[in-house]
Amino acid sequence: MTSELNATEMNISRARMLLEDLPGAVVAEGGPVVTVEVAVDQFAVVASILKEKLGCLFFSFLTAIDHKEAGLEVVARLDNLDSQVCVMLRTKLGAGNTHCPSLFDVYRGANWMEREAFDMFGIVFDGHPDLRRMLLPEDWVGHPLLKSYAVDTPYPPYR
Amino acid sequence: MAEVRAIDYTGSERLTMNMGPQHPSAHGVFRAILTLEGEKIVGVDAVIGYLHRCHEKLAENLAYVQYPSIASKTDYVAAMSSELAYVMAAEKIAQFEVPKRAQYLRVIVNELQRVASHCLWLGTWCLDMGGALGGGTSIFLYCIRERETVLDLFESLVGARLLYGFHQVGGVRYDLPAGWAEQCRATIDTIGKRLFEYEEMLEDNAFFEARTRNVGVISSALAQDVGVSGPLLRASGVDFDLRRDQPYSSYQDFQFKVPVETEGDCHARYRVRMVEFRESIRIVRQVLDSLPEGPISSRPGVKSLGQVRVPKGEAYARVEGPRGEVGCYLVADGSQKPYRMKWRGASFSNLAVLPYILPGVTVADVVAIMGSVDPVFGEVDR
Repeated sequence: MTSELNATEMNISRARMLLEDLPGAVVAEGGPVVTVEVAVDQFAVVASILKEKLGCLFFSFLTAIDHKEAGLEVVARLDNLDSQVCVMLRTKLGAGNTHCPSLFDVYRGANWMEREAFDMFGIVFDGHPDLRRMLLPEDWVGHPLLKSYAVDTPYPPYR
Repeated sequence: MAEVRAIDYTGSERLTMNMGPQHPSAHGVFRAILTLEGEKIVGVDAVIGYLHRCHEKLAENLAYVQYPSIASKTDYVAAMSSELAYVMAAEKIAQFEVPKRAQYLRVIVNELQRVASHCLWLGTWCLDMGGALGGGTSIFLYCIRERETVLDLFESLVGARLLYGFHQVGGVRYDLPAGWAEQCRATIDTIGKRLFEYEEMLEDNAFFEARTRNVGVISSALAQDVGVSGPLLRASGVDFDLRRDQPYSSYQDFQFKVPVETEGDCHARYRVRMVEFRESIRIVRQVLDSLPEGPISSRPGVKSLGQVRVPKGEAYARVEGPRGEVGCYLVADGSQKPYRMKWRGASFSNLAVLPYILPGVTVADVVAIMGSVDPVFGEVDR
């Protein structure tokens, strides 16, 4: 058991070292999950490095957080199921910006996840081949998970 | 005189067929717009969202003590696992201790839930594939009979049969009533014996073999790329189970096997789930044998909304549900409600693989493949 733990820890510290060498990447301290923050334009590039160099083949999820005035943040979780290295890849889009590079060319699972994030937050994923609403009807107005969207926003006509 | 056009029988003309949203094999409301060339599928557009309730907005507006009972409505066939994912995420940020007895009780209910969920999967899947399997609806009725006995256990434990509200932040809400452990042992013993009957019924059946072997093959690369998890991932040759590889809630205390198959077809997914049935039963027996005494929650019973406050921070908690990785990504801002919550529905990611595996198969196979994916649309649409 101890040697297994050490192997996982070694994998994680190796992942940290690789990510710290990337220009502009900020790796958070400690914890079993490696959290790395990158600039928006590096988002897809770093994801493909994670997939190829670190073997993070498993696409867990992609979502966004609305930080109100500070703008939107996109978060993706990528796992290496063999070495147990889990990476949280994050990028801040900045106030007023709704564009983010798509991960579709790296992970096919990004297809539906990005459509959902577009649906809920209005984030436009550049490079996504088929960016339509995922869960809401196509004529829905607004993006419900934005903090500016009140729970009781009326939707005419009611259906 | 109207021009007489010769009909092209070569199958080069395309037909668009709408499957759903009210198709009996969809197990919910799922619409697939299939483009066909003859009987063969060449294009798939999956339309989901009919059951969307925006759970994530709901969670932002409900306190930590309120939401767990709502969480059970995401995956209503396996309500125990989604509740557990939510409370584990909150406990992770707040660093609340969970007493050993509560952890063990969580393991019992989650494994019983897996048995109940797999019963429903096996019955409905075989029903979809037609009456030739075990004489009409027999296997469906047998499986539902078994599932009812597990729901009886939940009813005497929680008071509800489908949506429980059993977990709370810091522990569980109910302790085992008198005589429950004996009833539980008797139930799982019966189910364990009857599993052999089902296998005999299905595996000797040529129709079952023909409809499941080499149908809907998912490669291990595709499975990981899309984020397919649970029995589907293990049927595609990836040896990964959260209960063993990232143990939570004291799973490390129990012995169990993780079944792995390499074919990636419907039959492999069937075999993986049949082993999981038995392993779940084995885990429940071990928990009942070693259940420690003590409190069932580190927090007092819920009296007010503001009772649970979670400090600023974020966490991703995931559990191995019957359908795969059920994850809850929680961002807390220090108040009594989460700032942001994201459900990673196992069914959502599992279903996302369909557009990649359906082209090339026939319409009849879609039914078998859909059933073997085992989606629950409450969790897909959230």
